[in-house]
Amino acid sequence: MNGRIIAAAALAIGILAPFTGIYTVFLMKALCFALFACAFNLLLGFAGLLSFGHAAFFGLAAYVTAHGVKEWGLTPELGILAGTAVAAVLGLGFGGLAIRRQGIYFAMITLALSQMVYFFCLQAPFTHGEDGIQAVPRGYLFGFIDLMQPMNMYYTVLAIFVFGFAVIHRAVHSPFGQVLKAIRDNEQRAISLGYRTERYKLAAFVLSAALAGMAGSTKALVFQLASLTDAHWHASGEVVLMTLLGGMGTIAGPAVGAFLVVAIQNYLAESGAWVTIIQGVIFIIVVLSFRRGILGEVVGFVAKRKATPAAKPLEPRPASAITGE
Amino acid sequence: MNFKQALLGAACAMMMAGAAQAQISDNKVKIGVLTDLSGTYSDLSGQGSVVAAEMAVADFGGKVKGAAVEVVSADHQNKADISSAIARKWYDSEGVDVITDLVTSAVALAVREVARERKKIDIVSGAASTALTGKACSETGFHWAYDTYAMAVGTGKAVVKQGGDSWFFLTADYAFGHALEGDTAAVVKENGGKVVGQVRHPFPNADFSSFLLQAQASKAKIIGLANAGQDTINAIKQAKEFGITDSGQSLASLLIFITDIHSLGLDTAKDLLMTTGFYWDADDESRAFAKRFKEKTGKMPTMIHAGVYSSVMQYLKAIDAAGTDEGVAVSAKLREMPVKDFFAKDGKVRADGRMVHDMYLAQVKKPAESKQPWDYLKVVRTIPGDEAYRPLEKGDCPLVKK
Amino acid sequence: MFELIGIPPQALFGQLLLGLINGAFYALLSLGLALIFGLLNIINFSHGAQYMMGAFVAWLLLRYAELPYWGALILAPLVVGALGVVIERLMLRRLYELDHLYGLLLTFGLALVIEGGFRHIYGISGQPYAIPPSLQGGTNLGFMFLPTYRAWVVVASLALCLGTWAVIEKTRLGAYLRAATENPTLVRAFGINVPVMITLTYGGGVALAGLAGVMAAPIYSVNPVMGSNLIIIVFAVVVIGGMGSILGSVITGYGLGLVEGLTKVFWPEASSTVIFVIMAVVLLIKPAGLFGRA
Repeated sequence: MNGRIIAAAALAIGILAPFTGIYTVFLMKALCFALFACAFNLLLGFAGLLSFGHAAFFGLAAYVTAHGVKEWGLTPELGILAGTAVAAVLGLGFGGLAIRRQGIYFAMITLALSQMVYFFCLQAPFTHGEDGIQAVPRGYLFGFIDLMQPMNMYYTVLAIFVFGFAVIHRAVHSPFGQVLKAIRDNEQRAISLGYRTERYKLAAFVLSAALAGMAGSTKALVFQLASLTDAHWHASGEVVLMTLLGGMGTIAGPAVGAFLVVAIQNYLAESGAWVTIIQGVIFIIVVLSFRRGILGEVVGFVAKRKATPAAKPLEPRPASAITGE
Repeated sequence: MNFKQALLGAACAMMMAGAAQAQISDNKVKIGVLTDLSGTYSDLSGQGSVVAAEMAVADFGGKVKGAAVEVVSADHQNKADISSAIARKWYDSEGVDVITDLVTSAVALAVREVARERKKIDIVSGAASTALTGKACSETGFHWAYDTYAMAVGTGKAVVKQGGDSWFFLTADYAFGHALEGDTAAVVKENGGKVVGQVRHPFPNADFSSFLLQAQASKAKIIGLANAGQDTINAIKQAKEFGITDSGQSLASLLIFITDIHSLGLDTAKDLLMTTGFYWDADDESRAFAKRFKEKTGKMPTMIHAGVYSSVMQYLKAIDAAGTDEGVAVSAKLREMPVKDFFAKDGKVRADGRMVHDMYLAQVKKPAESKQPWDYLKVVRTIPGDEAYRPLEKGDCPLVKK
Repeated sequence: MFELIGIPPQALFGQLLLGLINGAFYALLSLGLALIFGLLNIINFSHGAQYMMGAFVAWLLLRYAELPYWGALILAPLVVGALGVVIERLMLRRLYELDHLYGLLLTFGLALVIEGGFRHIYGISGQPYAIPPSLQGGTNLGFMFLPTYRAWVVVASLALCLGTWAVIEKTRLGAYLRAATENPTLVRAFGINVPVMITLTYGGGVALAGLAGVMAAPIYSVNPVMGSNLIIIVFAVVVIGGMGSILGSVITGYGLGLVEGLTKVFWPEASSTVIFVIMAVVLLIKPAGLFGRA
């Protein structure tokens, strides 16, 4: 299968990347955001739900992990698990509220709820306000792998990403994923077919929140800190941008987008470029002229050459799909 | 890498032998200005800090011990992860020897950890958190221009001495605001004043009218603003609107910069009490620096800009004295050498990395008193450095032996 | 006199009045959002940025054209509205056939660009904008000192909201607008130029945001980020009210201003989150919002 070859090639690139001279911290950061974006895309691309508050899960999980590892002496794996669990619980609460509305209301509700989490992170004593939690020890994975070694940390992050990605891939290609897509394309029809769409949407929301949390937890270990930036709504906007740029609805697109956006932030920083403005311009260009995103366009191009309808990428949805008008 | 280590080893050996031969890694000294070039703090640090660092290098002669000095800069976008990644890259693969400015405490603390691991130098002028010279202090880390304690204590003590003995605090509801309020309240009480109340406002907050009315009702003589930036600006603007400042209560801002006064305008900010580590119109030397700075940037320098200049200058002097740019050796020199320039008349660096220098209690002029653009402050009192900064033993810095 | 949890009633009146003033801004902004949403089905994420632009244009007019507050009050919203028209013509127009989420995303991008641009040119510290001489000073109401300018804000915003409501509910133009919201095709069949109407509605909604910005300029610091935090609160206001009715969004705006004002007295630490909590509660009880159509 074509997909298998591409996946194997991508994994090989991932394994070999640190030897190319690219900075490992950059790679690890990009992988964390890639997982974050893929988790986000599970909602947007496959369930048609635009969450504008995913930073809440990412940021809060980072705080939980940082606090757990630094103050309670948790091992790294337990720290990440704790962060992921908290994100999942939060996702259950938020999801339960947000799925009561659709479309743009859903986006506004998630944004408002995440703003609450931001204020919580700002005010709660354990987060240390604007100082953030700093000097978080990476510790020893399973008690014997020293994560202070950059390579050990890198492969741990890569493994976590591959795990998260595999979970998403599995979910999307399961009957569960099929139902989600049916809901995305026409919720009324899915309901009339007897599916309890609310439950499916909630399950997708919790899974997405948990994986976003896992990404945030991992990032806390990589950078050995947790700060307010990750809980701010700008971070929610960034993950939307990554997904949109890479191609929502394609399973690997968001990862591509994440690498690009992280690269923009890191490499343009030294040239003093206008990072926010550039991000805004990319948003506008993508929305106006290539809504399928980079990977979506590539897949579309390949599909056209081969003329095999099987690999048809997600078309931008018409308005009627969501409102059911 | 081995060659470099060998060189460093040789450098140490030579120093021990008393040989004063220069050993500069890569035959170049690189100064990294890591700052906020586009966000919330870009006016009070930002590009101005880059200019200040470049001025210091030029004034030093552009070379130290025969090695060229270069300034690089980057925009950390106020994100701790980005600054930590840039710091790693700078120290590890781009030969940056010192990172300075570091505005906002999450960024400064993140870079501090990166620098500590590598025994590289960081000199913070931008951030205010006292954690930098407390729990997070480091052998190769310094805090130069100001901190929350100095700002709070300077203002608190001086104001009480002037008769402002009852206080009401408007406090930004997060760690930073709490620290400002706590430090100031302690000093106010120590000096015989009393705190009649406080209100914690959300951060950020645009409308202060409700909190100001509570402050007004408290009948306190002084309303202490334990917040910063836009919050402070909005609070001052609205205090004027509600006639609070005209009815006898005074505002004391615990953290404010000259750029904020510029933004408020004198009519609104007049009579405000504040502490600053630097004022451009203090004496001939500071005026000379400010004039040159303004020619390059169009603005007068803040205490952060002046602090960056002072710290870069002192750093180059320390390299000159140590004969090497190796972090630990230069840090030792920095702690030994007195700081004497237009910024710090009689400064010294303590064991915890705190550069102790005199601070000024200033009052904002009335519009009629202002003779020229940026003529905003009159210095009411010079606060001796030892009085302004937190006592060494109270900081919990592991480097300080008790 | 009796006291309510330690607060004398006079002080309470004062705080309620202040809440009403904040509510005036929520109402103006959510009104604009509701107008735009009604006809375009787009949530205008750049509303906060356009509010900021209103304040900045007023400041620029004062600084470079020496146009005083009253002139800016008319001219600045026109400038912002005109820019809105351009945005609608060049960009939003191309998205109407698509999922509404794309409109949200586009305007989010626009907000980033506008905010970033202003930040780059004018820095972040903010610019001074004085209260116009005719509105300076204030009145001592006994229980509080009411600045004249704040009183003006409440009166002006009430007049604006009611005026907008009257135009939409009571005039022929408003009737077309409401009809176009329900069924654009049918209205077009009657020979009404719906695209122009959509353009003007967006321009109008945006101009309202600009107007709110001008009114905010003398109270708050005129700075590039003044709109970005406000807009999230206004979104919550909109969710609570439901965007079904103009009057509903206005009432919700004022009402939440009041609630927030009270929170600032009784539990100031929670005043940043109270509106979001109310939103969550409303969603549990009445998902369509207080005034929304299910």
